[in-house]
Amino acid sequence: MNELAAAVPWLGKRNPMAARWLILIIAIVAPFIAWQFGKSWVRILDFALLYMMLALGLNLVVGFAGLLDLGYIAFYAVGAYTFAFLASPHFDVHLPFWVILPLGAGFAALAGIMLGFPVLRLRGDYLAIVTLGFGEIVRIFMLNLNYPVNITNGPQGINMIDPINLFGWDLSRNIQVTENFTINSLFLYYYFFLLAVAASIVFIQRLQISRVGRAWAAMRDDELAAKAIGINTRNMKLLAFSLGATFGGVSGCLFGAFQGFVSPESFSLMESIAVLTMVVFGGMGNIAGAVVGAFVLALLPEVLRDVAVPLQQTLFGHVLLDPEVLRMLLLSLAMILMMLLRPAGMIPARARYSHDHHLSNKLKQGGAK
Amino acid sequence: METLIQQFINGLVIGSVYALIALGYTMVYGILGLINFAHGDVLMVGALVALQTMMFLMGMAPGMSPLVMLAIALLVAIVVCMLLGFTMERLAYRRLRNAPRLAPLITAIGVSFLLQTIAMIIWGRNYHTYPQLISTTPLQPIEGVFVTPVQITIVIASAALMIGLLLLVNRTKIGRAMRATAENHRVASLMGVDTNAVIAFTFVVGAALAAVAGVMFASNYGIAHYGMGFMPGLKAFTAAVLGGIGNLGGAMLGGVMLGLVESFGAGYIEHLTFGFLNSSYQDIFAFIILGLVLIFRPTGLLGERVSDRA
Amino acid sequence: MITLLEARNIGKRFGGLQALSDVSLTIRKGEVYGLIGPNGAGKTTFFNVLTGAYTPDGGEFVFNGSELPVGKPHKVVGRGIARTFQNIRLFRELTALENVMAGHHIRTKAGVWGVLTQNRFTREEERLTTERAYELLKYVGIERFAEVVSKNLSYGDQRRLEIARALATEPQLLALDEPAAGMNATETAQLKLLIEQIRRDGITVMLIEHDVKLVMGLCDRVAVLDFGKKIAEDVPAVVQRNDAVIAAYLGGGKHAH
Repeated sequence: MNELAAAVPWLGKRNPMAARWLILIIAIVAPFIAWQFGKSWVRILDFALLYMMLALGLNLVVGFAGLLDLGYIAFYAVGAYTFAFLASPHFDVHLPFWVILPLGAGFAALAGIMLGFPVLRLRGDYLAIVTLGFGEIVRIFMLNLNYPVNITNGPQGINMIDPINLFGWDLSRNIQVTENFTINSLFLYYYFFLLAVAASIVFIQRLQISRVGRAWAAMRDDELAAKAIGINTRNMKLLAFSLGATFGGVSGCLFGAFQGFVSPESFSLMESIAVLTMVVFGGMGNIAGAVVGAFVLALLPEVLRDVAVPLQQTLFGHVLLDPEVLRMLLLSLAMILMMLLRPAGMIPARARYSHDHHLSNKLKQGGAK
Repeated sequence: METLIQQFINGLVIGSVYALIALGYTMVYGILGLINFAHGDVLMVGALVALQTMMFLMGMAPGMSPLVMLAIALLVAIVVCMLLGFTMERLAYRRLRNAPRLAPLITAIGVSFLLQTIAMIIWGRNYHTYPQLISTTPLQPIEGVFVTPVQITIVIASAALMIGLLLLVNRTKIGRAMRATAENHRVASLMGVDTNAVIAFTFVVGAALAAVAGVMFASNYGIAHYGMGFMPGLKAFTAAVLGGIGNLGGAMLGGVMLGLVESFGAGYIEHLTFGFLNSSYQDIFAFIILGLVLIFRPTGLLGERVSDRA
Repeated sequence: MITLLEARNIGKRFGGLQALSDVSLTIRKGEVYGLIGPNGAGKTTFFNVLTGAYTPDGGEFVFNGSELPVGKPHKVVGRGIARTFQNIRLFRELTALENVMAGHHIRTKAGVWGVLTQNRFTREEERLTTERAYELLKYVGIERFAEVVSKNLSYGDQRRLEIARALATEPQLLALDEPAAGMNATETAQLKLLIEQIRRDGITVMLIEHDVKLVMGLCDRVAVLDFGKKIAEDVPAVVQRNDAVIAAYLGGGKHAH
């Protein structure tokens, strides 16, 4: 969690420990604050956590390994559809959550490798287009695989997906504590997703500060030099694709179960771009950036929905820019302006690829001599 | 047999449009090494601006001859798109010329979505019926084979524009400056070429071609909307890669070939997959071709350049 | 003298240009071997073919008694050949220390599972990697910049860092591509000391260099390439007097540059 301190401006640098505690406190009380504004805001926070996980996974591919993946949402789709197939009346299969989660992650990882193989030798910009094509192919299949055999149920998608059930504890049920105090299901999902995000951060940070993370960064900074020091760039790229996809797959599973239905509409190119914008906005290549980017850009469109729409009503008497347009406008402008004005992102922290305590031990030894 | 000829004609028509768009990609790539992701959306702007102009003219001067109306609409669309191309280059891409390699591409994606959003604000989300100013009554040159005058016009106009572009690049002074800049910016500017102007010019020419392609595309299918540029843009990019990116002749060849593959593919996919896949999968051909070309022959059919220079 | 590397009839063609034709040479264990020649003679191409960046059209390399794999840079490094680049190629966003740590990649083993679980082996390996990287920075004399992001290092220090990174792969043969390019006299003198130290520590060095004084003062033997062909190979004093070499360097009317 160390890397997360950078998410808090000013304090993160001076007192990382305090910054980490602050983040933890915010993370815990956030849904209670959101609840004050209405139930839908807790729901929005839940989705923000899923986006966070997606952004963390995409950041691993784009920010660490330098592979611009524009079809990332396809892995989210693989996870979501895996859950939908295996826990809904569609095929009348209802496997337990803990069985499907690794399956969804595994299928997504497999899809990542499948995408990885053909694009290994491609330069950055070609890679972007091919991955975009991959995302579109997945979407086209989701849309059309309802004929001649109905697999995906086409554009309607799959409904009535089972909720997350943790060993008999159904997260979709509110908990009645006393007569006039219930814990809403949205809170349960929130804390469960929060744990998932925290685990993702721990894993990704471990990868970052390791032999693997350094190999990715080396490949990103100079592929030829990376090969010249013995890095098998092919394997490292496949690894980045499959691990990045795994995070997409896991969050897809969570998404499917949480939302209760999946349809191709949720996995459009726009969503891939949205996740990419989150990574770019926060700052490519660092964990805090992905977290902040996802948080801000998942919430801001909703805030705009609540603020800008009534504002337009009062100002012009009708809605000029509907919420969806506002979201697209926000994301595309964020992407362009960040690249032009602040390419390192809002949280321009340099990612560490080595433990500083190792070095300081070393320096102490050196000083003692 | 009739189906075969019919597929060939359809492929040729859509392929010429792809070729026109592909030229814009390939010119910009040749000169900057940038995939101008927003190029497809310039096409969309061209189509919708032309539509707007035609609607306006129909309201103002209902008696005007359709051909004159089309010419004016086309002209307006071309001018608007040229301005758009110039602005994009000037405001966004120029400032990123020395940025890390992912930055211009990410910006281009942003520009693409910004254009779509703006179009959505101006023209809404609906599909607009495109006025058919050139007759769409099919002719039957051979029994059972249909060709519309619009399609004939598209093929002829595309061919003319491509010849014009080749002449521009190979026979004129600015063309020589373009080739020099594509070869090596620094050397070109040392030789007295104003490379900034040349790059801007390249964007403007590409945008003009896209505007024409946009009107053709919308006329051929009879509809236009804010997201119409995305697919043809991607396919044209595929065409440019197929032909060998950076190579003008390659873009034309790639465009026509892709059109044909798509047309035949859509016609026969159902037989080929024993009815499992149908023509709604038409769009995946371009991606499959793109993947195959990049894996097996990344330089494309006519390309010579090594894609990854050490 | 034990032979470390033997190049047999190496050929490489780029389109119409024969960059290397039939180049054979032998490098002995423990020596500093110079590869010189006019611009475009094929020296860097030879490096690229040797280290697997390019695949040769013909010929083979025998290293330590067995053939080297072609076109697989990471395997060549594994066999014990490391290189630097003419135009420095560091991992610009990594610190000096992390650059060298990345250089240890091929001699370390931690995999995804070990990294995710942070098991004892991985933690220990990570600590050792850090320590060894720091020692190597010390070895080339830039340990005080361990925490500096490599793109912010001075030119001379970047050159040293690149050598440290190459040494991290634990090579038997270190191939340096114009290490003194762009250095002033003091820096070059320091570089000479460093290369001599590396040799004393038992690593064979192969060197492409333009600085004739450096080559003559440092190398045990020198080979001269011209138009992709080896035109001489001997101790520096002899090579210096070779007519073909003099002609190649003075232009001999065949080519002007």
